[in-house]
Amino acid sequence: MKKVVHKHPLAIRWFHWLNFPILAMMIWSGLLIYWAYGVYDISVANTVLVKFFPKSFYTALNVPYRLAEGMNWHFAFMWLFAINGLLYTLFLAFSGQWKHLLPNKQSFKEAWQVLLHDLHIRKYHPPQIKYNGAQRIAYTMVLVMGIGSLITGIAIYRPVQFGFLRWLCGGYAAARTEHFILTVGFVLFFLVHVLQVTKAGWNNFQSIITGFEVFKVSKKSVNNDKA
Amino acid sequence: MTKPEAELETSYVKNGSITKRTIIAFVVFVALGAGAWIAYQSILSQPKIAGNTQTPLRKVLQFNEAISVAGFDSNKLAKEYPISAAVKKVRVNGIDGLRSPLDTAAWQLNVVKGTGDTLHLTMDDIRKLPKKDLVFDFKCIEGWNQVTHWAGVPLKTFMEHYGLTSLKQLKYMGLSTPDNKYYVGIDMPSVLHPQTILCYEMNGKPLPLNQGYPLRLIIPVKYGIKHLKRIGTMYFSNEKPPDFWAERGYDYFAGH
Repeated sequence: MKKVVHKHPLAIRWFHWLNFPILAMMIWSGLLIYWAYGVYDISVANTVLVKFFPKSFYTALNVPYRLAEGMNWHFAFMWLFAINGLLYTLFLAFSGQWKHLLPNKQSFKEAWQVLLHDLHIRKYHPPQIKYNGAQRIAYTMVLVMGIGSLITGIAIYRPVQFGFLRWLCGGYAAARTEHFILTVGFVLFFLVHVLQVTKAGWNNFQSIITGFEVFKVSKKSVNNDKA
Repeated sequence: MTKPEAELETSYVKNGSITKRTIIAFVVFVALGAGAWIAYQSILSQPKIAGNTQTPLRKVLQFNEAISVAGFDSNKLAKEYPISAAVKKVRVNGIDGLRSPLDTAAWQLNVVKGTGDTLHLTMDDIRKLPKKDLVFDFKCIEGWNQVTHWAGVPLKTFMEHYGLTSLKQLKYMGLSTPDNKYYVGIDMPSVLHPQTILCYEMNGKPLPLNQGYPLRLIIPVKYGIKHLKRIGTMYFSNEKPPDFWAERGYDYFAGH
């Protein structure tokens, strides 16, 4: 006998794994588009700290002169990204799953405790049912970022017909910058997410595919997983 | 504090059934992933026959275009700026269609009204019509934008003045340079948009040669690729007129 804890409903597993290739395609095709006017950098006092992106980066990934191709994939996959995100949001709202996801009053304190724990500063890890405070904040933030990408994206795509969104973003050029910053945010989220999932181990990882985590029956309490 | 988070649903099952369910889940997962990859590769491997693009992608662009044309609201205007906001040094991004020498004296605008029925207009004819100044944020498909100052006659006014009203029923307008080496097609709602102008001035002076002297299109509801410089011929059609950049893989609509 084993104890099975049902962690991720089937719908959420679908949304998660559909979003992965869709978002990957949005980022890749976005890079092909960005190259054509790749002017962003992070500078302090006229010294460029990070350039988005160096020529070698583009060459290594075979990015140059693929603007049309990038736009075509981008404006095909935008539908999938938007629809999948919309269905995910509706599912969260109507299934009650948002209760596991949205940050609550303790989340910020918990997130701090999780951070100290993960940086090996403290041993204590707060107990959790599905997600800890850090996860609640991160997973909610990434949903908000998705909405942000949609809004800034529409503002760039149809700046006249959706003039209100363009205005909301602070103008056309600002919308493009915000769209880019959000994309960098997704990439950073992805890196931390993969690192944390790797750290949390197999039982946690496989649950986003099977839906459940498996525990030995002798264990009385639900384990505190940390993904 | 609100209601505490509910505990996750728990059940107790036999080891064998867990293994079976895990295997099924992973097999389905890998199969779907492989299916998605194969679908992607099959699109990539298709010949680029639909305007230098794979047919499925071109179909999505056409779907987006159908929505954009159907939902087009010509009351929505591109933001206009005071003349002082316009840049002095206007970017030049392409000279396709401008490489052939231009015989300034012989230039005329050919407006094809129908078979064997073509208007030949001079710049004087066009300058007689009401002039509109337009300062807007010019957007290039590459991603840059620039607030620039133009002036000319609104295309809608032009069409009405020269008895082209019935041609508004057609779906597209085509433009080409005198040497026919650059050409665009534009959907009629965008053609009739109040900010679309036949432009002959930039920053209060006649257009420079590299900006399309003597007459170019300025159409704020489109990317720069549609703002054809040095117009030679104008015609109207229900079929999509050939489009230079659409033939090179870009979206035909390319609009805002």
